[in-house]
Amino acid sequence: MPDTPTVLRSFRDRKLVASLSDLIRRTSKREIRIMEICGGHTHAIHRFGLPDLLPPTIKLISGPGCPVCVTPASYIDGIIAACVEGGATIVTFGDLIRVPGSELSLESARARGGNIRIIYSPLDAVEIASKTDKETILLALGFETTAPAIAVAVKEAAQKGLDNFHIASALKLMPPAMTALAEMEDCRIDGFICPGHVSAIIGWEPYQPLVDRFGLACAVSGFEPLDIMESILGIVRQVEERKPCVFNQYDRVVTGRGNERALDTIHEVFSIGPGHWRGLGDIGESGLYLKERYSEFDASSVIPVRAGRPRQDISGCICPEILTGKADPSQCVLFSHKCRPDNPVGACMVSREGTCYIWHKYNIV
Amino acid sequence: MDNERIINLSHGSGGSRTLKLIKEVFAGAFRTPQLLELDDAAVMDGETVFTTDSYVVRPIFYPGGDIGSLSIYGTVNDLVVMGARPLFVSSSFIIEEGFEIAALKKIALSMQDAAGRAGVSIVTGDTKVVERGNADGLYITTAGIGKLIVEPRPCRERIEAGNKIILTGYIADHGLAVILARGELNLTADIKSDAAPLTGLLLPHLDGSVRFMRDPTRGGVAMVLNEAVDGMDFGILIEEEAIPLRRESGSLCEILGFDPLYIGNEGKAVIFVSGDSAESLLEKLRQHPLGKESSIIGEVTEGRPGKVVMQTATGGLRIIDMPVGEQLPRIC
Repeated sequence: MPDTPTVLRSFRDRKLVASLSDLIRRTSKREIRIMEICGGHTHAIHRFGLPDLLPPTIKLISGPGCPVCVTPASYIDGIIAACVEGGATIVTFGDLIRVPGSELSLESARARGGNIRIIYSPLDAVEIASKTDKETILLALGFETTAPAIAVAVKEAAQKGLDNFHIASALKLMPPAMTALAEMEDCRIDGFICPGHVSAIIGWEPYQPLVDRFGLACAVSGFEPLDIMESILGIVRQVEERKPCVFNQYDRVVTGRGNERALDTIHEVFSIGPGHWRGLGDIGESGLYLKERYSEFDASSVIPVRAGRPRQDISGCICPEILTGKADPSQCVLFSHKCRPDNPVGACMVSREGTCYIWHKYNIV
Repeated sequence: MDNERIINLSHGSGGSRTLKLIKEVFAGAFRTPQLLELDDAAVMDGETVFTTDSYVVRPIFYPGGDIGSLSIYGTVNDLVVMGARPLFVSSSFIIEEGFEIAALKKIALSMQDAAGRAGVSIVTGDTKVVERGNADGLYITTAGIGKLIVEPRPCRERIEAGNKIILTGYIADHGLAVILARGELNLTADIKSDAAPLTGLLLPHLDGSVRFMRDPTRGGVAMVLNEAVDGMDFGILIEEEAIPLRRESGSLCEILGFDPLYIGNEGKAVIFVSGDSAESLLEKLRQHPLGKESSIIGEVTEGRPGKVVMQTATGGLRIIDMPVGEQLPRIC
């Protein structure tokens, strides 16, 4: 568009993108599968129509880097119970409200009178809690990117002495999930486009073991078309030359060791434990939980635990296979028929970063 | 699913759930032929056009306008894009107990001013007050009557491959101005609502070459283009580079993750025009203060029937689909 900010325009320059596309075509000989871990990358790839610009030797597959998609449905059920039965105010980022639980989504809970507030910053949740006596639960979803801001909100609540503020943590760490993917017997991934925002926090060094242990090609990428095309070129070169490494394409933002202050804040508030990933199952050392000294803010003490049945998996939904890159949405019998953005069955159709949503939205079939 | 049992906010988004609700509940029950056309307004006796709209915008006052002027322009524009000259408007008010009379006076004056600009008279109305807490300040419903001034009138059935698509100016201003005015984002930008009557911009240039027109309100330009191709045997190809977007609006959308094509406007039109008349219509539109930034953003294609495709500024192709879910609630 003519008046896009200048900096962004230069990262979307049609000629430069075309010349990278050319270079990739000339360099790529072997058929390779590249997984973009981050849902933000999946979105950007299709928003800018990049698959059009790649040779047939390169297949991009989407990974588990969409926070909403990897959050178990039982989590939603607990939150809805706290909201509808317990009368708590639920404070959340917008993407989560349409995810179906066993019976309701948060959106339906709101229509039935549940108090659900959508925020952009976790600090808004502290603000909301400090203005009321009502129980306020912040849904803490996301990866290393979101964790520091959640940690700051917890510290702020502690400083204010709030006793009605709690967080329901489903925060997860990315490198353990990437290792789990690489360890799968049927892993057919040649390279990773490593998550850009996560890397801004943790740095690029944590991906080095993926290179050393599994020989995977890695590129830490920004989110603009030129970033992504340059990262793909980097991965293609590593594969063709059989010299895998961590290529830090996003060096205007990402350093080797990351944002140490943000990391310190995470580790001050959270300890690391097992994480449950929809699709990937339990992965050790991949979840973040409040440390003992902040445990009074843990929402599990106020979320009613229901003895009821766990969510039945809907027959036909292949979200787990999609999240692990083993299948794409076109292989799902529900895709675009029974499962659509206006009536999602699986979480991958809900989030703007979900693979199925993106495939449906951009009509990739 | 639960969203098929009870109403939630996305049923009011103007997107696919709204359409489904109208088809299944209202059109299903009322069965009047005009309603089944699912147009912005109904043509009643071959020349009289009738429309109605409710306004629940929050906040009531925002840069570039208020609920009063919006309630006039919105209804007037629904008549104009049908090819009709708007004549008479009704206005009904649902007011929450405790609302300030001074604010109501300000809104009434703003409506009168808007009616003057649009060339309509406000001739009838109604007032109801509900208990405090049972409405959010003020809701307004207006209805409008106009007369068709062109034959054949612009309608979806007259679109054909080769038609050009003109957008009459910068998009996304209204939705962004309202969202910013809520003060929840801690962001400021110099963006004003584009709310304006399309009467003077469009009516002087209406002739048979204008095939179809819509004002891209809720759901934005993406919604209008998708409604145009839905179930038809043609597609649409637009050029991202050709879409008028203010720099401020573009930046704000980048920060917030919004797509400007899906954000509501209140003073713009999307016009489908015969290919050989497109340039001359464009020139005429650009002469008018409200049409200075008019641009041909694309064309109707034989390929990809039922789909809206955009050539991105980066060079790739992407689908622009029907808006889904709650975009920005209560912007109009």
